[in-house]
Amino acid sequence: MTDAVLGGALAAEAAPGPHEPDLSPRRLRRRHAAERRFRLYGLAAILAALAMLVLLLATIVGRGFTAFVVTEIALDVTFDESVIDPAGRRERDALAEADYRALVQAALLARFPEASDRARRRELLAMLGADAPYALRDRVLAEPRSIGQTRRTWLKAASDIDGLAKGFVDRRLAEGDRRVSDRQLAWYDALVADGSVARRFNSGFLTQADSRAPEEAGILGALVGSALTLAVTLALSFPLGVMAAIYLSLFAPKNRWTDLIEVNINNLAAVPSIVFGLLGLAVLLNTVGLPRSAPLAGGIVLALLTLPTIIIAARIAIEAVPPSIRAAALALGASPLQAALHHIVPLAMPGILTGTIIGMARALGESAPLLMIGMVAFVVDVPRGLTDAATVLPVQIYLWADAPERGFVEKTSGAIIILLVFLMTMNLVAILLRKRFEQRW
Amino acid sequence: MEPVAFRRIEIMPSIGSLTKPAASETLAEADVAPKVVARGVDVYYGSKQALKQVSIDVRRNEVTALIGPSGCGKSTFLRCLNRMNDTIEGCRVQGDIRLDAEDIYAPEMDVVALRARVGMVFQKPNPFPKSIRDNVAYGPKLHGMAATKAGLEEIVEKSLVRAGLWDEVKERLDEPGTGLSGGQQQRLCIARAIAVSPEVILMDEPCSALDPIATARIEELIDELRENYTIVLVTHSMQQAARVSQRTAFFHLGELVEQGTTRQIFTNPHDERTQGYITGRFG
Repeated sequence: MTDAVLGGALAAEAAPGPHEPDLSPRRLRRRHAAERRFRLYGLAAILAALAMLVLLLATIVGRGFTAFVVTEIALDVTFDESVIDPAGRRERDALAEADYRALVQAALLARFPEASDRARRRELLAMLGADAPYALRDRVLAEPRSIGQTRRTWLKAASDIDGLAKGFVDRRLAEGDRRVSDRQLAWYDALVADGSVARRFNSGFLTQADSRAPEEAGILGALVGSALTLAVTLALSFPLGVMAAIYLSLFAPKNRWTDLIEVNINNLAAVPSIVFGLLGLAVLLNTVGLPRSAPLAGGIVLALLTLPTIIIAARIAIEAVPPSIRAAALALGASPLQAALHHIVPLAMPGILTGTIIGMARALGESAPLLMIGMVAFVVDVPRGLTDAATVLPVQIYLWADAPERGFVEKTSGAIIILLVFLMTMNLVAILLRKRFEQRW
Repeated sequence: MEPVAFRRIEIMPSIGSLTKPAASETLAEADVAPKVVARGVDVYYGSKQALKQVSIDVRRNEVTALIGPSGCGKSTFLRCLNRMNDTIEGCRVQGDIRLDAEDIYAPEMDVVALRARVGMVFQKPNPFPKSIRDNVAYGPKLHGMAATKAGLEEIVEKSLVRAGLWDEVKERLDEPGTGLSGGQQQRLCIARAIAVSPEVILMDEPCSALDPIATARIEELIDELRENYTIVLVTHSMQQAARVSQRTAFFHLGELVEQGTTRQIFTNPHDERTQGYITGRFG
């Protein structure tokens, strides 16, 4: 042993004895190098993740932002009294039922008189969105004075013309291979030439529900559906989850039953979501008789899905509060419930909220269990209550991604943008709430 | 909670018969019944017995020090006195412990009311992560001790003054209690405990996390508090026991080996285990 010490002192690089610290420069260098390498790996991992995130967001935003823009065509529409209100009584019902399609047709023909035969007229009419007559009706109802006048009116273009305006149509293709005919191209160019084509913010995308016509399809129905569903989910799973966690962590005796419950909660968190959908179908719809496609049923199913996540996160948060805080409260004469509600739960709140937001984010992105209870329906009305037929954002995205029309491609990405914005808003609210509760001890 | 209407004076068979009171301790023992009387207390953690047949008297307005090596059961005994052992899974307490002749383990005893009468200060300062004011006001609020805000403020001030902390914190009552120094935090915990006007204060090694200066302050405070409260103090420091306590009980391996006046224990222990411990031969 003494020899080894002497030897080590004499030659720094010499192998150290069996029980001495090896502080040779070579070994230290290796340790530092390993440290640097590890940091580099970490940095690389973060950069890779960031790059993928940027790629994802760039793709979605790049594809989706056109969903927020719509092409409109200006026409001089003659609000012919003989068509709208032949009786001249200005009765609302009569005005609402007039043949506005004829007005659209007349306005188009006035602009392009060369479309004389039936086929050309149909092509011409197809340049405007299917909703154009209703737009005229709404305008007349809002402003009956315009009857009998000719006014320049902006009308939504059909989805194909919208795509043409956004550059999705390749003019070099043979006529039969593209969605816009040669004649329509010529008319479109003529309209562009005299400034009768404009691109505007597509407010309809944010204020309307789904439609078969891409230019009319909006996200509001699914957005409201998601909001209603998540409201039900939160209202059920948050109180239930937090109460269950408080009871299990602070009040329940530790025995075989509570162990069993704990194991099952953990298992439940790993159950595939579609199983919850089947449960919802069998129990909520078939046995309890809740309405199909309703946010109420969807919310309950998603609450079941979210509950284990919230319970597990809340238990971890509650058990992370120092036991000395509970002891202090109990020693002052607080009842166990008071100790829990006055001290432990407020201190655990940031963790509970984190778990809740993770659960809610999962619920927001969930579509499989909702398919089972009929929330995959094509719904053209914005739901007004918990029992109205509704769909949710991810299902809407799935429906649009599945639709054959070219116009739905950008709608799909647009809907994804809305979903992400919804998610970020939710997260932001949670972060703000968490900040309010955050305290150190 | 029943008021202490039948505060009958009970003369328990005195264990003190083992120990002869020192000359200075001529206060007639029989005149004043002890504040806390424990007889034959056994405590089990699961199947392990932590305390064996502990019998002890805690006298009014005195500091009783519980000393002994780690794991000897002195903290366990302390926690029997406010039933904090109830919160420990698998802990069983047998025997008879009376606070002013009331059986604190009787089924009709309300633990919440008991803990309002028997306060506790812990080893590690554990203020709530709330303002200094809220820390002190929490107990009085729990027990409805003040009807008005002003009344509550008065209790807060009185408690902080008694804990010797008022002058240091009166300007910053709304700052978090956790922002104080360790010694200040412990005095805040003492203020919090005395705010509910307990009769007995249990202190579980209150200075073990503090530096000598903060320790000295707490010891001074304990000496002052003795005037109004009965104090039971668990300590690892024999000097501390000698400095602040009037009576000392020595625990060893779950047994109460010896109790008596502090002077007697430290100058003339009857048991050789006590002798060995206080002279530093083990422990």
